Amino acid sequence: MPVQRIKFYQTGSFAVGNRLLDPDQRSVQADTARTNSLTKGHRACQGCGEALGARYVLDAVMRATGNRAVTVNATGCLEVFSTPFPESSWRVPWLHSLFGNAPAVATGVAAALRAKGRTDVRVVGQGGDGGTVDIGLACLSGMFERNDDVLYICYDNGGYMNTGVQRSGATPHGAVTTTTPAGNSFGQGKSLPLIAMAHRIPYVATATVADLRDLEYKATRAMEFRGARYLHVLVPCPLGWRTGSGETIQVARLAVETGVFPVFEAVDGEVTDATRIRRLRPVEDYLRPQGRFAHLFGDTPRDDVISRIQAEADRNIRTFGLTEPDEVS
Amino acid sequence: MRSQIEGSRAVAQTVARCRPEVVCAYPISPQTHIVEALSVLVASGELAPCEFVNVESEFGAMSVAIGASATGARAYTATASQGLLYMAEALYNASGLGLPIVMTVANRAIGAPINIWNDHSDAMSQRDSGWIQLYAESNQEAADLHVQAFRIAEELSLPVMVCMDGFVLTHAVEGIDVPSQEQVEAFLPPFEPRQVLDPDAPITIGAMVGPEAFTEVRYLAHEKHRRALEVIPRVADDFARTFWRSSGGLVHSYGCLGAETIVVALGSVLGTVKDTVDELRAEGVSIGVLGVTSFRPFPSDAVRARLRGARRVVVLERALAVGMGGIVSGDVRESVPGTPISTVVAGLGGRPVTKKSLRALFTDAVADRLEPLTFLDLKRDVVERELGRTS
Ligand SMILES: Cc1ncc(C[n+]2csc(CCOP(=O)(O)OP(=O)(O)O)c2C)c(N)n1
Ligand code: SF4
Repeated sequence: MPVQRIKFYQTGSFAVGNRLLDPDQRSVQADTARTNSLTKGHRACQGCGEALGARYVLDAVMRATGNRAVTVNATGCLEVFSTPFPESSWRVPWLHSLFGNAPAVATGVAAALRAKGRTDVRVVGQGGDGGTVDIGLACLSGMFERNDDVLYICYDNGGYMNTGVQRSGATPHGAVTTTTPAGNSFGQGKSLPLIAMAHRIPYVATATVADLRDLEYKATRAMEFRGARYLHVLVPCPLGWRTGSGETIQVARLAVETGVFPVFEAVDGEVTDATRIRRLRPVEDYLRPQGRFAHLFGDTPRDDVISRIQAEADRNIRTFGLTEPDEVS
Repeated sequence: MRSQIEGSRAVAQTVARCRPEVVCAYPISPQTHIVEALSVLVASGELAPCEFVNVESEFGAMSVAIGASATGARAYTATASQGLLYMAEALYNASGLGLPIVMTVANRAIGAPINIWNDHSDAMSQRDSGWIQLYAESNQEAADLHVQAFRIAEELSLPVMVCMDGFVLTHAVEGIDVPSQEQVEAFLPPFEPRQVLDPDAPITIGAMVGPEAFTEVRYLAHEKHRRALEVIPRVADDFARTFWRSSGGLVHSYGCLGAETIVVALGSVLGTVKDTVDELRAEGVSIGVLGVTSFRPFPSDAVRARLRGARRVVVLERALAVGMGGIVSGDVRESVPGTPISTVVAGLGGRPVTKKSLRALFTDAVADRLEPLTFLDLKRDVVERELGRTS
């Protein structure tokens, strides 16, 4: 059944579940028959955005596929916190191989299913930003370019968190990590959604754990397409971002409301929709609560770094039309 | 049916008759002809159902094979040299996860300096990866070993590498009996995977294992290899009964019984070694040859049984353990403690191993004049000039 997009922001609530809606429009998590793909007992830190994101995405995928999906996972927090042998938090078929090869392993799964004529079973690959934008990029690009029938999800926490918060290719400009102790002076971080779009794959989308209905919608929508699909989810990491474990959702929302993280969809390489920002905020609002940016506001404030980050956010706002009014249709 | 055919094509056709469901590989000489031929067989529909995946690297190739195998498909790939090293991380995964992938390694030297010619440095660098390694002596054996490899791999749930010497075998055209579809089907049952990714019975494959269980996991891998020492000869016997020719097994002895000197070698060089030994035997020299087909697992018992009674053993190596000497020699020494063993490093990077050189070498060996470590046909003047300059 095709999923209808529901926009919630006029209500001011992003709460999951809404019993006033028709059952098929309710949040996946509101459904008592959800799969609990990533179930309780895992060892993620309190407030881990990645654990939250993964659960929402996979449950949505399972609902969209009638519980017929196979997952492949790159090395990283998600794999480590969910599978301490002999325990496993996964209630879906799940395979871990390596840090850099999840997209290619997923391709292999998809190829095997095709050879066996099993069109009912779908494949999902997933990994952190390090596994995706750095070490696994060649495999991912190959998977995109061949248009293999795989949905790949990147949980972007802006660093190599599992190995103790080192800089990755997706770490934002200015952030402190254990390998950039004074804050990095590199670019803005690789935008893998744009790289994915350049491959003209059927579907690319970004989302955050601040808007879980939107996240579910995008995972569901992605399963309506065949071929290579890419979902990039911003998942704050309390440990690496040096935020309180109760601030995960808030800080993800600030990333969206400042324009730092544009939320959009692209079909066949063209942007088709972007989530508008209702109340635009300066990037400082996003940076200030995070310990990894504390040095920008210290004794010697780094206005230069802040204005550079602001300029990047402004560019996102322009590029994706984030402050333009919604079209009335 | 016997036909004049290139080694690579014979292997490709044989592999196709084993009905792999996923085939992938990345081009590298001297392996390329094998996957080219397979891509044609898939495109023409002769090999179906089969997915031919064009990957972006060897790391991708092994990864695709891992995903396919974990989903219950018979998976095949091929590589050589730098490509095998580029796969290294994934090789350990394939064996660690117990995935019965079959791979051809068209053996080639490893750079630098870059060199495309044959030696065994590539496969031997992956000695401890947990893969079974079988070495083909001829193109006939290369083809036959692939049929056996799928059976061995699937029976043990372990990956198998069939090593065939690059160019010397891969590019040589000769008369080969390519196993027919009917024969292969009579010999190789359909693949029944031990465990698969299946939404109807979800399992977690590849969980994180800590110190409390890791040793046990590795022990089990070792034990599987010990078991392979029984499976490999049994499969070879079955093969002989089905195909009416013998091929494979752990070792091949050639006049070892009662021989005072025995030469141990792997791969295509065995042909030249045997020719040379024939000549020496005709002259009354007591010398035999032991060909090792299974390098991993190393068949210590079988080697010991064949070398028992020899006064000296010469191990001809096509790879070098830098800073140590021989690779196979260590295993042979372990198998026959007390027997004097000389290591001969020969044919690195495609240097021809000639009958003339071998004859001189064996004559020295028989006269107990051989150094413990010899580099066959080493150009002494060149290395001494260089050593003089750098010391
Ligand atoms: C080839 C290789 N290099 C390095 C590592 C060590 N390593 C394991 S997880 C990891 C970082 C994972 O970062 P990311 O992909 O961003 O995921 P996160 O843990 O942040 O969710 C690294 C560097 C590895 N396992 N394999
Ligand atoms: S380090 Fe970060 S990403 Fe990893 S489990 Fe903790 S909060 Fe989650």
